[in-house]
Amino acid sequence: MSTITAKPFRASETETPGTRIWRRFWAQPIALISVIVILFFAITAGGTAILSATGHHWPCDPNTTNLEQKLLPPSPQHWLGTDNLGRDVLSRMLHGAGISLTVGFIAVAVSLGIGLVIGAIAGYFGGLTDQILMRSVDALLCFPTFFLILTAVAILGPSLINIVVVIGLVSWTGTARLVRGEFLTLRETEYVKGARVLGQRHWEIITRHILPNAAAPILVTAVLGIPDAILTEAGLSFLGFGVQPPQATWGNIIAEGKSYLLDAWWLNLFPGLAILLAALSFYLAINALQEAAENRS
Amino acid sequence: MTSFIIRRLALSVVLLFIISIISFFIVTLTPGSPYPWGELNPKISPEVKATFRKKFHLDQPLPTQYAFIMRDLFTGNLRSIKDDRPVMSRILERLPATLSLNFTAILISLSFGTLLGVYAARHAGHWQDMASSFFAFLFIALPGFWISYIVAIVLVKNFGVPILGTQSYGIAFSNELAVILDRIWHLLLPASILALGGFAAQSRYLRATMIETMREGYIRTAHAKGLSEEVVLYKHALRNSIRPLIAGIGMLLPAMISGSVVIETIFAYPGMGRLGYEAVLERDYPTLVALNFVLAALILLGNLISDLLYAAVDPRVRLE
Repeated sequence: MSTITAKPFRASETETPGTRIWRRFWAQPIALISVIVILFFAITAGGTAILSATGHHWPCDPNTTNLEQKLLPPSPQHWLGTDNLGRDVLSRMLHGAGISLTVGFIAVAVSLGIGLVIGAIAGYFGGLTDQILMRSVDALLCFPTFFLILTAVAILGPSLINIVVVIGLVSWTGTARLVRGEFLTLRETEYVKGARVLGQRHWEIITRHILPNAAAPILVTAVLGIPDAILTEAGLSFLGFGVQPPQATWGNIIAEGKSYLLDAWWLNLFPGLAILLAALSFYLAINALQEAAENRS
Repeated sequence: MTSFIIRRLALSVVLLFIISIISFFIVTLTPGSPYPWGELNPKISPEVKATFRKKFHLDQPLPTQYAFIMRDLFTGNLRSIKDDRPVMSRILERLPATLSLNFTAILISLSFGTLLGVYAARHAGHWQDMASSFFAFLFIALPGFWISYIVAIVLVKNFGVPILGTQSYGIAFSNELAVILDRIWHLLLPASILALGGFAAQSRYLRATMIETMREGYIRTAHAKGLSEEVVLYKHALRNSIRPLIAGIGMLLPAMISGSVVIETIFAYPGMGRLGYEAVLERDYPTLVALNFVLAALILLGNLISDLLYAAVDPRVRLE
């Protein structure tokens, strides 16, 4: 008779931090659902873009008007109804999905780029540079951001590229602050001091030693900008300063439908649900990622 | 303390100066002009156009224009390009509406955010916590303009209640109590929608801090003394987790003002957000610059107040 029983598999002994976060992320059902929803939006948006590039449309051309079929409620022909010009709402929403995701990702890329550079310079060099940069960040934080974006977009002209750049230009402050904080801590570590003693150039120390160790929290914070940007674009579209019609966006379907609010609820409900669902999935997925990355069990 | 306030005010002046420069150049350096209806109109003579440009200093180089705008802003002579009224009085007549809307929204955010945050922290890790997290993110992800319309459809279609503006049509002929209740109703609806995001964010911050606090030894001691759950939660844990609540006042303000642009536009609420939206549509440079200036000043003031409150309630914080 042996008292030796099989030792239970202890994940922590063999796992790297990366795989542990990965495992703990997928262990949360809500993370799985959010990622599926995000993938669903991404795939339908990508599929629609490819289809329309080849000249096909499913279920309809988003811009074909048919005044005999205007403001029809959802039906087997038009799953989500038609708008005031008889355009198919589902087709328009499929095209809008691409705009929302593009805005989210590119705006975050812009803000991450700026935030990284400014935060890295401020945190790595410190002193007067740090003071000047961080006071500018403070100044920017005092702006009511949406109003600033609205002003800039209204004056520059509402196009996809302007909207993305303006949202990115305005929303880098959070990333910059975080990057600065990480750099301030990491530049005092032994290995960075060692690299400095070895005579490595600043550029090399920043990119090879500090950045890889600060990447995870920086990326998570930056990704939080995606749903923010999606919501901001929807708000701009709604006020008439988003991507311009006839190009469909979720926000401008709602904006165009507001005159028919009491009669054609489907013009309001479905695009709004799409915005809500997309933003919510991003928030929930990022939250799950943050919880997976937390050190405590 | 006094020296802290003086230094903060000095810093605020510097920040306001930077903000005024940024907002002036964002408004003016870009293509377009404040009077597109005039520039291309063949029926307006060149003399009239020149007079117009001269009156608003639009014929001057940009740095001079900036100097004129700042001088006029501080002497109270800044006039709107749209209706030639003093910009400050246009803004000040909108100030009470915006302040009451944002103040109510912050109050709603903080009080309900506290309740939800404490509830989530109390059940940390259980389904109640997950459900409150889910709802918090749901509220953050709700597009304000969309939910406003949903609420509007439901209320107007099913109950026929008036929701636009600050008061119902004809209510002024009614008795005083009805007028007051009507005002509150017209304030409460947009304020609640404006508060949704802030309330959810607040509950998330508070939850995180509360969970930290509940690990402390004095919480275990309080439990061991046999104090009731409510006393431990609200008297011991919440008091020591007050940080995000007070920081919230400073942090929520910019978000609220951003949100009120959309909400005020939808509910036809005569506040500064709507004034800004109209000024953007009209390319009213002086109003835009002045409005950005006043809003930034409000936000800086909010930050200062939240820092002072912070020191007042938490003896560990010293303002130096």
